[in-house]
Amino acid sequence: MTLSVALRHRFGDFALDVAFEAGPGVTALFGRSGAGKTTIVNAVAGLLRPDHAQITLDGLRFDTLPVHKRRVGYVFQDARLFPHMSVADNLDYASRHGARASDRPRIIEMLGIGALLDRRPATLSGGEKQRVALGRALLSNPRLLLMDEPLAALDGPRKAEILPYLDRLKAETGVPILYVSHAVDEVARLADHMVLLAGGRVARQGPIFDVMADPAAVPLLGVREAGAVLRARVAAHGEDGLSTLELAAGSVQLMGVQASVGSMVRLRVLAQDVLLSLSQPEGLSAQNILPVTITGIRAGDGPGAAIALDAGGDALLARVTARAVQTMGLREGQSVFAVIKATSVAQSAISGGAT
Amino acid sequence: MMLDEAGWTALRLSLLVGLTATLLALPLAIWIAWLLARRDFWGKSVLNALVHLPLVLPPVVTGYLLLLSFGRNGPAGRFLEETFGLVLAFRWTGAALAAMVMGFPLMVRAIRLAIEAVDPKIEDAARTLGAPGWAVFGSITLPLILPGVLAGAVMGFAKAMGEFGATITFVANIPGETQTLPSAIYALLQVPGGEDAAIRLVLWACIIALGAVALSEWLARRVARRIAGT
Repeated sequence: MTLSVALRHRFGDFALDVAFEAGPGVTALFGRSGAGKTTIVNAVAGLLRPDHAQITLDGLRFDTLPVHKRRVGYVFQDARLFPHMSVADNLDYASRHGARASDRPRIIEMLGIGALLDRRPATLSGGEKQRVALGRALLSNPRLLLMDEPLAALDGPRKAEILPYLDRLKAETGVPILYVSHAVDEVARLADHMVLLAGGRVARQGPIFDVMADPAAVPLLGVREAGAVLRARVAAHGEDGLSTLELAAGSVQLMGVQASVGSMVRLRVLAQDVLLSLSQPEGLSAQNILPVTITGIRAGDGPGAAIALDAGGDALLARVTARAVQTMGLREGQSVFAVIKATSVAQSAISGGAT
Repeated sequence: MMLDEAGWTALRLSLLVGLTATLLALPLAIWIAWLLARRDFWGKSVLNALVHLPLVLPPVVTGYLLLLSFGRNGPAGRFLEETFGLVLAFRWTGAALAAMVMGFPLMVRAIRLAIEAVDPKIEDAARTLGAPGWAVFGSITLPLILPGVLAGAVMGFAKAMGEFGATITFVANIPGETQTLPSAIYALLQVPGGEDAAIRLVLWACIIALGAVALSEWLARRVARRIAGT
């Protein structure tokens, strides 16, 4: 299943001109507000008619179809449940219009909404509403799932309540998911592909591991949010609370890893939490030291510089000052050591499920 | 409180005219209100002005325009008579038409406000779930605007029951045929000694008007509670 999108649209002095492809799995549309994310998903859903559009799903021309024939499951930021219907009637709305979702019980079980079926939307919490909205979209038997910042209206605990469901959803449905977000942590956790938008254009796109480790993406993600996403295998849980995770370049010790031994997880290592050393450091409190090779240096607008690193095949990103680049004499192809603090990888940045 | 034969006839006729006008005008009013609330098209302001015209024109003028177009020699009147055998001039059907026209703007206004209060994003959500436009209207918009539709219907009905100027101009004041409650009251006040009978009719007019408002309030509250689901 591949979605191919090419759009041009003007409104006021904003011009959108994008082209990208979204394969199976989760494709994140990432950008600041006003970057054109919602315009794109609305155009894919058919709720907005762009000036020029060529949208195809597996070669099928999509943009000429009316909204109700597109069969996209759209999960909105505000759940948009039908207030005059029970949860069950909301869930079954699409089936009244010809959708055949065979696995209703499984979807209700997956989202944990079985106890809510007789309730009205007005009596649900924000997280419950969003789960019902997700179920309603899934039960429309969609060819494509669109999610427009489905977590943005929720507070931290509610977000944490939904994220595991999204992990399961991603693992259990084969439907391509277009996921709009401006939260890097959500994207790092869920996305397989990433389309970085800035000012109505595609600035970068590709597999999540490549885009997140791209020094050029740093200003688009924000210097505090930028950082590589790595795949790691949980090797052991120590009694002191530290877990051992295996990366391509060696093993690291991290705190707060929940996943079971042997499972694959994602690590988000913020660029500002990676230190570089010319020689193997000794007598350092940080225990995670990986031998790496510098693959790129990109000076930022300010005093910072983003350093792309290769760690045994994994891409890593470090942010140091331009002065450090000077005095250390850092250059491409150089072998150095990357130091990662065990406490710096936040628990929320470690995904629990499959990668 | 007891009415004489003529009084009952006028009351029955008023109810018939009011109900007929309300039921016939309602679907059209919903459609026009939806057009005005949700669609942009060429001539929208003209349509809006046209709908509201009976509200601002002197009722006598509206009645006379109806007579010119729907009278037996008017173009619309002749067409209806030749095609459907339907005569409006000086018949109760004409009174119903006059009541329809006069009540229409009130209905459209109430329903339009209700439609504008429905978030179009909810309708968008229904469309993405596979519902074509008419189904979205039937399953989402209509249930949500039901209190507004009820309010509009009651306003239209009350207006239809009380319509006088356009009715008397268009279909005159024929007892048993076009003499509605207001026309009957007016006729009674023209003759000496008619006040007692007129007062009784006035009381009935008050009862019906208040009853209609109370009924619609009760219905609207029930519907609102059903929508909120509490």
